[in-house]
Amino acid sequence: MTEVTVTDLVPATAAPDLPDILPPARPRRGIARFVQRHPAIATGLGLLAVMAALASLAPYLGTVDPTALAPAKRLKPPSAEYWFGTDAYGRDIYSRVIFGARVSLLVGFSVAFLASLAGLLIGLVSGYIRGLDGLIMRVMDGMMSIPPILLAIALMALTRASVENVIMAIALAEVPRVARLVRGVVLTIRGQPYVEAARASGCTAVRIIFRHILPNTLAPLTVQATYICGSAIIVESILSFIGAGTPPIIPSWGNIMADGRTLWQIKPYIIFFPAVFLSITVLAVNLLGDGLRDALDPRLAKRL
Amino acid sequence: MIGFVIRRILTTIPVMAFVALFVFSLLYIAPGDPAAVIAGDQASAEDIERIRHGLGLDRPFLVRFAEWTWQILRGDLGTSMFTGLPVTELIKQRIEPTLSLMLVTLAFAITVAVPIGVLAAWKAGGWLDRLFMAFAVLGFSVPVFVAGYLLAYVFALQLDWLPAQGYTPLSQGVWPWFENLILPAIALGFVYIALIARTTRAAMLEVLSQDYVRTARAKGVSEGGILFLHALKNAAVPIVTVIGIGVALLIGGAVVTESVFAIPGLGRLTIDAIVRRDYPLIQGLVLMFSMMYVLVNLAIDLLYTLVDPRIRY
Repeated sequence: MTEVTVTDLVPATAAPDLPDILPPARPRRGIARFVQRHPAIATGLGLLAVMAALASLAPYLGTVDPTALAPAKRLKPPSAEYWFGTDAYGRDIYSRVIFGARVSLLVGFSVAFLASLAGLLIGLVSGYIRGLDGLIMRVMDGMMSIPPILLAIALMALTRASVENVIMAIALAEVPRVARLVRGVVLTIRGQPYVEAARASGCTAVRIIFRHILPNTLAPLTVQATYICGSAIIVESILSFIGAGTPPIIPSWGNIMADGRTLWQIKPYIIFFPAVFLSITVLAVNLLGDGLRDALDPRLAKRL
Repeated sequence: MIGFVIRRILTTIPVMAFVALFVFSLLYIAPGDPAAVIAGDQASAEDIERIRHGLGLDRPFLVRFAEWTWQILRGDLGTSMFTGLPVTELIKQRIEPTLSLMLVTLAFAITVAVPIGVLAAWKAGGWLDRLFMAFAVLGFSVPVFVAGYLLAYVFALQLDWLPAQGYTPLSQGVWPWFENLILPAIALGFVYIALIARTTRAAMLEVLSQDYVRTARAKGVSEGGILFLHALKNAAVPIVTVIGIGVALLIGGAVVTESVFAIPGLGRLTIDAIVRRDYPLIQGLVLMFSMMYVLVNLAIDLLYTLVDPRIRY
């Protein structure tokens, strides 16, 4: 019996030479490659880096004391001396806007971190320990049935105005959404054969949760945390704008706009500059979130 | 099906119970002693104690919660500390502008967002799709009061097409009422449109890839017919769901929008209540808004089972 091998049957010329058809690939390296592959992440990160630089270098950017009152110089329109003009108390709006970036970024990142951490723990417990699931999720449903801004407003009404309390109030309102997300992931992962194998080989529940289940939640959690950061920055400005947020003495974008509220028809620039900074910052965070979502979850990227 | 309807209605009970408990705790742990406030500055410690006992404030938490719940169930939301008027009375006075604003925004957002989402899905990947989705990211990023001031500045102050501020009751004519609501509704609608348009696009993409759409195309149904009759109908469930969830955005946004456009509604009432620390009023408003939200979503869930024959529990 003669042996017939596959190579005998397939002509050697069957496969065209790919390099002739495809244009020569010139792999880009470093930052240029990253920007090309993830334009949304790069734009978002770039804008955020600028904002973070403005916030941390605020005292060295030609600013004056953002709380200094100067009654003689009130309501000056933007000029070479006062780039963004002055408000009803003669405070320099440019300095207030630059220093205001500190509050917004601090609140955004702290809320994203705290809400994700709390939501992650609650979601892991709720998804893994079935006995507690019903109770925990009913409480989360209850919290979610109060519109988030309203919940934050109600919590702020209980405490005195401070940046810490604003962070806690907004974070608390965001926890149930994170918990639901994490729980959903845990429920799909816990039935996987490899989790069963881990359990059969004697892993403790804690080890299964942290070594085998937790890593699967990190990608969606990161995306969610980014969106929470964006919405927290908006909610902080809204709370401050309606007088239930950051104490009026601290310059924050919402506070500056609240100060300009009664004068906006004659002095619109008071509101204009913080509004632009606020919108650009939130846009940067949301772009980052969209980019991360597309990069981390290709399945979802096609659908949204 | 009746069984599902009953079960779905029953699930709202623990949710509402939690909301009620939260709202009650708000007053319970609120700083300041109501008895001391009522007694006045000259009152002795015994006077305050007597008033506290008279008001029943010295009884245990659960007893007071049960009594408060019973009071709510009979339709009594308590008395505003600042105005001395019943909370239900204050809400009744201010509810028309807020409901008007929310309904106009809802109608406007749905008419704009659904076609945008459908067209974006139809031309997925094309320039129209990219443009619409860029608009959606912008819609999520521009806070409602920024959008409000921008619109008011351009269309009221500069162009003078529409009134910048205020509200006219519906009883004084439909146009004056509507005219005042156009700018606030557009401002409030931005986020909502972004949310609905994105969800519509995603749901449509899913449906458009299915076999029966290809069949419809093969038998010569027009593109418009495929998109808006065949596909949209089947993509409706997630769209309607997100419209219901988005009502939370409308409620939160209304508080701010009313402040920007000087509309005397529940939003202004909420802000006044917070500035004055009028806890019974804050309680009543949070409870009412949450109930509104829960009931809208309950109604939507029940609607599916009636409208969509695929959903059977």
